[in-house]
Amino acid sequence: MTLQAAPTTTAASLQTARPEWLDGLWLIVPTLLIVVGMMVAPLAGIVLVSFWSQTGFDIQRDWNLDNYRILFTAEGALYRILILKSLWMSLTATIAVVLLAYPMAYFMAFRIERAKLIWIILLTVPFWTSYLLRIFAWKVILGFNGVINSGLKFIGVIDKPLEFLLYNPASVTITLAHAWAAYAVLPIYVSLEKIDRSYLEAATDLGDSKWKRFWRITFPLSLPGTIAATLLVFIPTVGDYITPTLVGGTSGIMIGNSIVTQFGKANNAPLGAALSCVMMLAITLAVCAFLAVIGRKRLKAADI
Amino acid sequence: MTQPANSRPMISLQSVSKRFGNFAAVDSATFDIAPGEFFSLLGPSGCGKTTLLRMIGGFERQSEGDILIDGEPMGIRPPNQRPTNMVFQSYAIFPHLDIAENIAYGLVNRGFDKATISKKVAQALEMVRLGGLGNRRTNQISGGQRQRVALARAIVCEPKVLLLDEPLGALDKKLREEMQIELRQLQKSLGITFIFVTHDQEEALSLSDRIAVMARGQVLQIDTATALYERPNCREVAGFIGNMNFFEGRISSVANGVAAIEIGPGQHVRVAASGSSAPGQVAILAIRPEKIDAAATMPQGNGSISANVIKARALAGSYLGDRSLILAEWREGTAPVSVSLQNRKAQIGAETFAAEAPIWLTWPVEAGVLLNN
Ligand SMILES: Nc1ncnc2c1ncn2[C@@H]1O[C@H](COP(=O)(O)OP(=O)(O)O)[C@@H](O)[C@H]1O
Ligand SMILES: [Mg+2]
Repeated sequence: MTLQAAPTTTAASLQTARPEWLDGLWLIVPTLLIVVGMMVAPLAGIVLVSFWSQTGFDIQRDWNLDNYRILFTAEGALYRILILKSLWMSLTATIAVVLLAYPMAYFMAFRIERAKLIWIILLTVPFWTSYLLRIFAWKVILGFNGVINSGLKFIGVIDKPLEFLLYNPASVTITLAHAWAAYAVLPIYVSLEKIDRSYLEAATDLGDSKWKRFWRITFPLSLPGTIAATLLVFIPTVGDYITPTLVGGTSGIMIGNSIVTQFGKANNAPLGAALSCVMMLAITLAVCAFLAVIGRKRLKAADI
Repeated sequence: MTQPANSRPMISLQSVSKRFGNFAAVDSATFDIAPGEFFSLLGPSGCGKTTLLRMIGGFERQSEGDILIDGEPMGIRPPNQRPTNMVFQSYAIFPHLDIAENIAYGLVNRGFDKATISKKVAQALEMVRLGGLGNRRTNQISGGQRQRVALARAIVCEPKVLLLDEPLGALDKKLREEMQIELRQLQKSLGITFIFVTHDQEEALSLSDRIAVMARGQVLQIDTATALYERPNCREVAGFIGNMNFFEGRISSVANGVAAIEIGPGQHVRVAASGSSAPGQVAILAIRPEKIDAAATMPQGNGSISANVIKARALAGSYLGDRSLILAEWREGTAPVSVSLQNRKAQIGAETFAAEAPIWLTWPVEAGVLLNN
């Protein structure tokens, strides 16, 4: 009798209990408030403004698609080229960043045995100065009378400063790659660190050379961190405008500069807003394409 | 199983040592393992079993000595160039591959074409009774199944020697017993040499052809299960395998291959002498609890030549179903003697002996073992 009563009470208490998915929800409430207030709302604002138009100093709240018409017709060809160019420059910088960061993360995960924390702290040292200063530093290095030019001149390799070092897309890419490398090391490091060392021993036991083992075990298992690092660098750098402003010159400008101009000097906020929206859309498409290339199976396997 | 006289050993360890700093995790191990043998390394945790196994597999470099596999010196060859495969304690199943891909992992390196690989994988899956699960992901199978995958992944490579590091340690008791039987059958049918690490003596005794008992980095004794149990060569082995009672003393006389040991003033026990036994030597008589008989009254007649008799005081008895365990003290200050009696008779052992009552312990001379240390 008592034995039969027990399940009934359990069932009853289960029905009155809160659904499980609500548990711990309060933990994300503060973040949620900030995200809604500081990101979702302004973003919605941008989308709204992109459907308005500018006359003189006034913004007309006349719902129309003119801005988008401009961007998707011959009139906006320059903007579209600029977006593609920005995507391309970011992509190059991102590839450079991942190529730089991966060996660094690998070294930290597999070769450093003691005092890993010190290495992680050392990694953050560049962040102790401001982003702006780090970009300026590259200006000093690459500039007309910069470190590289005067150095080369001093040892007599050149007698005239090299002009191609600064104020072009390449200098922007180099600077971006350096500025973002540290962001990429950490996620890659974490996913490498997580790899059970017995997997590596098992792979060797089953006949893999070190190189083969890297491509069959280490790299696939580090994909989550590597993908995270790629997105973490790619997405924000597409819209960067400080770096191109400082080291890009006229040929090195990116879409961010153009958006700043619309909101500022050109005084056409609605067009600037539309440009932002199109840029976000382009980034979204690029990211989706990237993830599609990696493949769903790989992603599913990687999130174990 | 003893090694056939003129066949080359599959594994030959020659003074193999491993030092971590000053600490010797394995100290000068020298022994051979025959082809097709099921060989176990048994010892308490930390005695160096894993280290020794990893040196054979090439995961750890020996500090001294060399290991020959099938006659070839291994030196510092990495694991991928040795004819061995390992079943890891953690199984080390690759999480980004499915079951079939895991099993095929080593085959890819051996240059088989796709059709051959999938045929061999299917066979291996059948062999470990995982047929049809090839497409499962590794997180969709149970612990016992993971264990089988690890096993299949290693044996599908057809190694000369399979190394197993406590492969059943993570399984529950019932599953473990099932797997023991399967493992043994698999080994017999494949004929591969198995080196099996365990700290579970029952497991080692029931599975192995021969067992090496280790302690503190040293190999104490290598023998069959029966020999280890019946004829341990030192006190440590005797105490580690099963339960054992020890009587310490000095040899007072040796006659007709029987040594008498004085274990207390005027009190002697007899045991088969070893070749080097001589009067005056310190000696230990070891006797298993189940080889001792107990009586509540002084035994008549046969207390003379063929048996040892000791009068003791019963301390406690416990009823264990099939047998009773009795603790008796034969002299104050010595460890109590444990006696295991089959509960065959109507009168049950544990009930026969009241606490504090006198109890006579007897055992035949040939049931004891003479130890030197
Ligand atoms: N890499 C290492 N560095 C230092 N000491 C080690 C290392 N590996 C094992 N040891 C020590 O060697 C001894 C034997 O270890 P192990 O072979 O793992 O024992 P078992 O497998 O018998 O439990 C232990 O005392 C352990 O602490
Ligand atoms: Mg171990």
